[in-house]
Amino acid sequence: MQYQLTRRTVLLIWSVLVIVPLLVVVSGTFKTTRELFSSPFGPPRQLTVHNYAEVLGGGQNMAGAFVNSVVVTVSSVLLTLLLGSLAAYGIARIPGWRGWLIYGFLVLGMSVPAQANMIPQYVLFDSLGLTNSLIGLALINIVITLPITVFILTGFMKTLPREIYEASSVDGAGPWRTYYSIVMPLSLPSIAAASIFLFVISWNELLYPLLFIHDPSKRTIPLALLNFQGEFLTDYPLLFTGVIIASAPIVLAYLFLQRYFIAGITAGSVKG
Amino acid sequence: MRRAHPALYLFPVPALVLYVIFFAVPTLQALQYAVTDWDGFSASYNYVGASNVSKLVTNDDLFRNALFNNLKFMLVVVIFQTLLSLLFAIFLTRNSRSSVLLRALFFFPTILSSVSVAFIWKFVYDPNFGLINTTLGAVGLDSLKSPFLGDSAKAIYFVAIAQVWFHTGQMMVIYIAGLQQVPAELYESAELDGAGRWAQFRYVTWPMIAPATAIVIAYTTIQSFRAFDLILGISGNPPQPSLDILSTRIYLTFVNSRFGYAAAESVLFMLLIAAVTLLQRRAVRLTQAQS
Repeated sequence: MQYQLTRRTVLLIWSVLVIVPLLVVVSGTFKTTRELFSSPFGPPRQLTVHNYAEVLGGGQNMAGAFVNSVVVTVSSVLLTLLLGSLAAYGIARIPGWRGWLIYGFLVLGMSVPAQANMIPQYVLFDSLGLTNSLIGLALINIVITLPITVFILTGFMKTLPREIYEASSVDGAGPWRTYYSIVMPLSLPSIAAASIFLFVISWNELLYPLLFIHDPSKRTIPLALLNFQGEFLTDYPLLFTGVIIASAPIVLAYLFLQRYFIAGITAGSVKG
Repeated sequence: MRRAHPALYLFPVPALVLYVIFFAVPTLQALQYAVTDWDGFSASYNYVGASNVSKLVTNDDLFRNALFNNLKFMLVVVIFQTLLSLLFAIFLTRNSRSSVLLRALFFFPTILSSVSVAFIWKFVYDPNFGLINTTLGAVGLDSLKSPFLGDSAKAIYFVAIAQVWFHTGQMMVIYIAGLQQVPAELYESAELDGAGRWAQFRYVTWPMIAPATAIVIAYTTIQSFRAFDLILGISGNPPQPSLDILSTRIYLTFVNSRFGYAAAESVLFMLLIAAVTLLQRRAVRLTQAQS
């Protein structure tokens, strides 16, 4: 009895702590600064899109940053999935220490923080003319997310029964054919889980855009958002509007892909 | 089927090529830069041996400040995030409809960008118009009002609270996965032995979820060292000294064109993370042994 009371109280408090700031942000995007300060918790007096128009179309060019982010995120997630799944497939099928060696080497990158190698990376990208470029950003995203992708996908592909590989080679399918017509379709759940993960990381990536991008027209969303900080200082309604625009795709995608994510977990547990 | 088809060795090649050129080699180069005085632009540089590292360790107030801020931040985040996520996981383990809904809600902040979370908490903490001080004023508790981030002795702890809000739901999900692996029979037999709720936790749950605890603590620690975006978002670029942590310090040294010195900082940074992670692993193992 006492346990249930404690449980409910704790869960209620944390729910309020999560929900209230989020509601303040959403309703704040429809308020003026004065209205937000005088009644932060209340509903907006009117549903004006004034703040949205200013953030998207004003000097900040958040709309341009949005397009840049879409280009960088989509291209880097797709290519990371391609390269990562190819590598994971090879690793899962190469027996003995050779497979483990390739795996260990690639996955070791997960434990190297970005700050540890960003300086030589900057020098390298700069010498190749890939700083201040969206291609450079996509490339660095691919490189830094490959280790975790190989980790997730290899873990899944190793659970696929060996007979699948053997049966397909008896049928005369080469390794390449087996990869795209058998292993990839079967790995769809883990690909979906990995793509959610990669999408969130790439969309929210701040450090490398901050290092690489000098030209305001090439800013991505997190970098544009960070710039708001200096530009608007305490004009919270505009900051909040930036937050909503930055988060919208990821929230929508998460709601949509969550089903695949859950399906992935259940499909993965029916492995043997 | 013992021997792999030779073509299989081609599959990891594209990933390996990119990884070697753009990740592995730069990581090794960081070690090389760390013993130079390179400024990032000059064609030549001098090897200065261990002098960067010895200056960092003995005679660099900025680095020391960032180190201590980071350790304080880590301590608060690891303790509170681990305890809260475990508590919520225990409360929400059963797959009832309300539990599933609350899990989704608690997990939600994790998917936001750090800069977004930073803006939210900047407003929560705003000394004049922020959510906390406004609420305190409204209920007549003006004496409890605080400048929050303006209080340089405590600012880092306030940002740590924001980090806990941000990622507790993520750790909760890891714990729930661990809790659902614990066989129900263990609880049943413990109950038959007359074990109360606390004893069941102490002698069944805690030892059984040790692997999850190890993952949660390791993950949380690494996040505390990578809280770069949150700090920059909440404090601006460059951040105020009371919020400078190691990752922001390395970045600032780098943008000030002291590439060699920044590389030395990053090498120490990597070693520190490795050392802290190892220590924690031993600590977690010790608490298991006692159970």
